[in-house]
Amino acid sequence: MAGEKLETVAVEQKPEERPQINSFGEFWIFFKNELRPKGNPSTVFNLLSGIAIVFGILLIVYRFAVGLGHPVTNLNQSFPWGLLIGFYVMCGVAFAAGGYVLAFIVYVLGVKKYRPVLRAAILNAFLFYVFCSGAIVVAFGRWWNIPNVFLGIEFGASSVMFVIAWLFLLYILTAALEFSPAVTEWLGKERFRKIAGSLALGAVAFGITLSILHQAGLGALMTMAKGKIHPLWYSEFLPVMFFISSIYAGLSLVIFEGTISRKVFTYQIDEEHRHSNDDIIIGLARICGGVIFAYFSLSIILTQYKGDFALINTAMGYWWLLEVIGFVAIPGLMFIHGAQKKNPVTIRAAAIIAMLGILLNRYNNVFIAYNWDLPFAEKYYPSFIEGLTTLAIVFIQIWVFRWIVNRMPVMRKSPQWASRLDKD
Amino acid sequence: MDRRTFLKIIGSGVVGVATGNLLTPGKSSAEESLSGKEFYGILVDTTRCIGCRSCEKACAEVNGLPIPDISETTNETVIKSLRQTTDTQYTITNKYETGRGTIFVPKRCMHCNQPGCVAACPVKAMKKRPTGHVTWASNCIGCRLCMVSCPFDIPKFEYEKAIPRIQKCNLCWDRFNQGELPGCVEVCPTQALMAGSRRQILEEGKRRISANPDKYIDHIYGEYEAGGTSHLYLSAVQFDQIGFRKDVGIKPYPEYSAPYLNAIPFIATLTPLFMLAISAAVKMGKENQKEKNEEKNEEKGKH
Repeated sequence: MAGEKLETVAVEQKPEERPQINSFGEFWIFFKNELRPKGNPSTVFNLLSGIAIVFGILLIVYRFAVGLGHPVTNLNQSFPWGLLIGFYVMCGVAFAAGGYVLAFIVYVLGVKKYRPVLRAAILNAFLFYVFCSGAIVVAFGRWWNIPNVFLGIEFGASSVMFVIAWLFLLYILTAALEFSPAVTEWLGKERFRKIAGSLALGAVAFGITLSILHQAGLGALMTMAKGKIHPLWYSEFLPVMFFISSIYAGLSLVIFEGTISRKVFTYQIDEEHRHSNDDIIIGLARICGGVIFAYFSLSIILTQYKGDFALINTAMGYWWLLEVIGFVAIPGLMFIHGAQKKNPVTIRAAAIIAMLGILLNRYNNVFIAYNWDLPFAEKYYPSFIEGLTTLAIVFIQIWVFRWIVNRMPVMRKSPQWASRLDKD
Repeated sequence: MDRRTFLKIIGSGVVGVATGNLLTPGKSSAEESLSGKEFYGILVDTTRCIGCRSCEKACAEVNGLPIPDISETTNETVIKSLRQTTDTQYTITNKYETGRGTIFVPKRCMHCNQPGCVAACPVKAMKKRPTGHVTWASNCIGCRLCMVSCPFDIPKFEYEKAIPRIQKCNLCWDRFNQGELPGCVEVCPTQALMAGSRRQILEEGKRRISANPDKYIDHIYGEYEAGGTSHLYLSAVQFDQIGFRKDVGIKPYPEYSAPYLNAIPFIATLTPLFMLAISAAVKMGKENQKEKNEEKNEEKGKH
């Protein structure tokens, strides 16, 4: 203890406050205390998101009472999947990819530079997966049967859905392990931190494996929709395409989230991190640029390989070009340009466009270019309730993210006692 | 190699193999069924169908669905528009004007030999029975991947219900077990429908084609489509003129997702090992760099 005091004085920081929790009762008091909002609760964002969340929850209750038909969703027999699955299962999981990509960069490649954004990325990955499973419960028709996938007497082992459900569960557990050091640091338990630290490290390779399989699996879900998805989007390489695009989708989210967090959680971020932030973003942009270049090339090569270039001169072809040029190639060039000129503004803009591109690509696969040849009147477009429900779940996720960041060392550095444990 | 590294490698190998095996797809579920009895099916001769919709009514009666009005006057208006099967209609009849006159085509589940919907189902709620019937059960989670995966757009979902089901023709599975004909086959007034083992109806179809080469085109839809189906169609005109998809191909649909499923054990086993290898290589590189720097410094010190 004496040594610790000396050290804290040496770097001129105020002595660390550390909760003293030695029993479950004490934990409960501590937890109740922490539940209270920190900072000013009456902001415009809180008001608007609060309203959306209240209405969203009411609408979700309504959905469970009446089913998924009109007016809850605009889904029909030709479009079994819509906004909720399209956003959370397809895009949300892609945005969660930052967790495994950064874990790979920091732990496997040993690039320490990116450590300051690692925890936020893992937390985001964990939350995207958790809220995705929430969205799945809302979106699946017979949701009370979902445990059948894990406990059922019969396993549909030849089903991609079965495989990714298991990967999903395993990755949530893995991401929780990877994030557990932050939780133990929040609780101030040194003994738990020791265990969590080694578990987190052990979980990394496992998490990367599960993520690669899961991201590819989302593409594999659509492989049997051959003939329904427009040929420009469909190919047997969908799993590969989904995996590759998840890399830059996840990193774009890390850049985007970092931009907002830098403003919202200013007081959390120390001087050192603030300076290295631009450097981190530039590094990530370089990776994104490279991966997008690979993805773009693969898109073109696949089109050539399938012999679909003739299809480009059609309405759907222009739509495809818009996606591939406007939302893949252009942000890719912006990433590279921004990295070379060391211009974070260009990079942040590129990240947003790249994320929109991911939304566009996943929506195309699930409902825009899906059954593209149906007459316009039979087409699917999201209903108001679907939109609001999705928005509400996103807001709840943001609230939980904020709650955690305000309490656990995600943006800020780990407390000294914990960092010392890692060095030992 | 120290003990820790060794354990790490063994550990990730074991974890990888475990995940691989846990998530390894079984043999395509339809292949198992191929070993048993012969598949049961229906031969649909579209040259005989008169569009009376008796099969629609019989189907509704047998399956407890809303009974359609099939009087001649209603028929005329109903059959004007092209219809799809719905969650309350397992079978429907469409009318097509072709170069060889008006042709009526009853449409329902094709009962594929290797169904996409069965391969897609994560809980085996959708099943290919040993006798070829594709049936649905209530352990379904409502994910609707079967709808995405069916090349013929057959499984329908009850969106309007709080407790929804997937609805589709099950080739009268219950009646089959009691030794009865499917409802539609039983009532067909012109014998446009013929039930039997897939071998029997395929033979009968071929016999009709060779006996009347002018009447039929030389193609039985479902013989090879999507890997073969238990619902077979005869026609006087090319099938794309009477509402059939020509791009279905002859590959069984489960095979489209098989490459991914088959790759899982390999990815699951190799990725953690590669991660360890990369990490080890990075460490070696760093140590190398360190040594070089130290050597340089020493040399500098000497001078």
